[in-house]
Amino acid sequence: MSATNQAESGQATPITMAAMTPTSQAVANEPRIAIKNLDFYYGTHKALKGINLNLADKQVTGMIGPSGCGKSTLLRVLNRMYDLYPGQRAEGEAMLDGQNIIAPGLDLNRLRSKIGMVFQKPTPFPMSIYNNIAFGVKLHEKLTKSQMDERVEWSLTRAALWGEVKDRLNAPAGGMSGGQQQRLCIARTIAVRPEVILFDEPTSALDPISTLKIEELIDELKSEFTIAIVTHNMQQAARCADQVAFFYLGELVEVGSATQMFTAPREKRTQEYITGRFG
Amino acid sequence: MASDAEHIVKSFENELNRLRTKIAEMGGMVELQVVNACEAVVNRNAEAATAAVSADPAVDAAEREMEQFVIRLLALRQPVAGDLRRIVSALKITGDLERIGDYAANVAKRSVVLQQFSLPFTLSGLAHMGELVQENLKSIIDAVGESNTEKALEVWRSDERIDAIYNALFRELITYMMEDPRNITPCTHLLFIAKNLERIGDHATNIAETLYYSVTGEPLTSARPKGDTSAYAVVRPGRE
Amino acid sequence: MSATTTTSLSMQKSTKIAESLSKRRARINLIAKALCFLATGIAVVLLLAILGTLLYLGGSGIHWSVFTNITKPPGSGGGLLNAIVGSLIQTVLGVLIGTPVGLLVGTFLAEYARTSWLGNVVRFVSDVLLSAPSILIGLFIYQLLVAPFGGFSGIAGVAALAVIVIPIVVRTTEDMLTLIPTALREAAVALGAPKWKAIVLICYRAALNGIATGVLLAIARVAGETAPLLFTSLGNLNWSTALNEPMSSLPVTIYQYAGSPFEDWVQLAWVGALLITFGVLFINILARVVLRQRG
Repeated sequence: MSATNQAESGQATPITMAAMTPTSQAVANEPRIAIKNLDFYYGTHKALKGINLNLADKQVTGMIGPSGCGKSTLLRVLNRMYDLYPGQRAEGEAMLDGQNIIAPGLDLNRLRSKIGMVFQKPTPFPMSIYNNIAFGVKLHEKLTKSQMDERVEWSLTRAALWGEVKDRLNAPAGGMSGGQQQRLCIARTIAVRPEVILFDEPTSALDPISTLKIEELIDELKSEFTIAIVTHNMQQAARCADQVAFFYLGELVEVGSATQMFTAPREKRTQEYITGRFG
Repeated sequence: MASDAEHIVKSFENELNRLRTKIAEMGGMVELQVVNACEAVVNRNAEAATAAVSADPAVDAAEREMEQFVIRLLALRQPVAGDLRRIVSALKITGDLERIGDYAANVAKRSVVLQQFSLPFTLSGLAHMGELVQENLKSIIDAVGESNTEKALEVWRSDERIDAIYNALFRELITYMMEDPRNITPCTHLLFIAKNLERIGDHATNIAETLYYSVTGEPLTSARPKGDTSAYAVVRPGRE
Repeated sequence: MSATTTTSLSMQKSTKIAESLSKRRARINLIAKALCFLATGIAVVLLLAILGTLLYLGGSGIHWSVFTNITKPPGSGGGLLNAIVGSLIQTVLGVLIGTPVGLLVGTFLAEYARTSWLGNVVRFVSDVLLSAPSILIGLFIYQLLVAPFGGFSGIAGVAALAVIVIPIVVRTTEDMLTLIPTALREAAVALGAPKWKAIVLICYRAALNGIATGVLLAIARVAGETAPLLFTSLGNLNWSTALNEPMSSLPVTIYQYAGSPFEDWVQLAWVGALLITFGVLFINILARVVLRQRG
């Protein structure tokens, strides 16, 4: 109904989207992952204390903080990577699609097909480029050869790598440059069609131009995936993230839109870390 | 919010302090210009007029130097948050100060012309306006040096008084002009002088707004009380 | 004396000291290099001497009959066929049995028990076995598989060789798997692979070259083992491929022939030694070629 019709019929005028969006938050989207009161222990040492954080859907959440503040730990909680190591445990809630990631008895392989991770050091598997991508897909789906070819092409295209490797899909993956290898790892992760992609300092081992290419890639990917990126390079967080969370000594000190965090942060510790007065 | 901790990189900390010093110096120069300009008008002091005019090139040079310095800081230091606000504010404040200096020089130049005329009326209103403007200017320059938002807010609010005096002066001068055509030349100059003083007051409030944002990160959003109604003022003979 | 002259004197002195130190270092460098070359020379000479002797003494005996005739009494034109076949059978079977066991134990140590006490115990035992005299292993198998059954057998020989193979493969497998960066495993797991798939499909593939080298080392080692076979398969002068009977093997035959007073038997011993050496060499080269292509 048009606004005039509604006015005539005595109903209230429709509320516009702009009016509904809270201006103090950058995110108008539903959280894809809602983390509540999360604690994490390495043995008896409490590395994360009562974390409350929402990863907004199809947005990039950047996590910054000095070394040892717990940002990488939080990331590794989200895909239950800590399960590989006895003595590490998590308590609390991290809800994805109505299920608690921390809960025991969860099908971890299915969880990891929904939440992918790209690591700091590019880790191509010792096989051809094609098989690198097919590896993850074969774990969860049964595809015919032509479907797999499509999936491989799609992943490599989304990772901005297709043009460079389409003629040598059967060449070993180890023969590529660092930046290409990291993009291969990204392609491998998205081939599984996750909902969330976690990036753990993805460009700290790469040269500046490769870094920018991957940042551009992340910007394109966020239209389809929810992204969380841990970085110790604040300029990268400023460039890439929609929402930035600052961690210190296992606590979440402040979270806000990137603009707000980098122009007028509310907490003194945030201001001091961001401007380089400690850390 | 002020940062109590020092920057890890000493040279950056020193550069940020240099910003503050440069603004203080420029503020001092401009303050003196305004004092001399008012003195030149009210007390017909030719020396003061020369001093105000001759100080202007130095003020312009200081503003250009500040612009270069700020651009270099932005390029080389990639500042964020409070540092970024501080640096960008420094640029805006020196811009305002430079305009104030120009207005003061303009007032001083007109005062020389005025001295050729004997005026049948006193300049007490103008003198009062000049005092208020000088007070506000001094206050805001101190506030910038201290990062004092309360003083800034006071200056921001008190511009209304200056605008009120300007409105009264406007009507007064038009009345004089209507009474006696020989008054037209000096009164026109006086009008411009009054307008310039009012503009100096406005720039002082600009500086207050910039300072507030720099310190707190929030803009002064509510519309500044603007008291200048001279744009719609009409004086009819026989009234007032 | 002025300050400048004293400083320039002390500078001259320090330059002189630096120079003499540098000369001394150059001299030591030269001596060390010379010693290295000398040692290498000795090793190479020895190696060439052995190979040369083998070729000279063994080469002259190479004949079709070596490969077509079985061992016969001296003077009747015997060959080494049964010994060759017996060695092949026992080596291949021994490696086939020992490798999977060694592989799994090595995987257990590297992937599941890097720091646990059980892992440490297993590792220690494996290392001890690795350097145990092979004759002890032969005796052990004798007690286990020969004495109770009242007869030497090929299967006992296979068992002994397998026991020698296992610790070699364990050590190489564990070393190679430990070299693989944790990030590679985590990357596989992060894609949703269960741990065993990450190990089999990724880690084994990455460590393949190393593990294969380990297996080759094992083959080379057991191909020439004599002592354990003496107590287990004993040797057989007749043609036999039955595993429950004594089986012939090259090293044992060489042992029997080399000490004998018969010229043709001694000749055959040299031929046997030559065959073993160059057989192992051939396997090494072949594997290197194949693995380089894969890698």
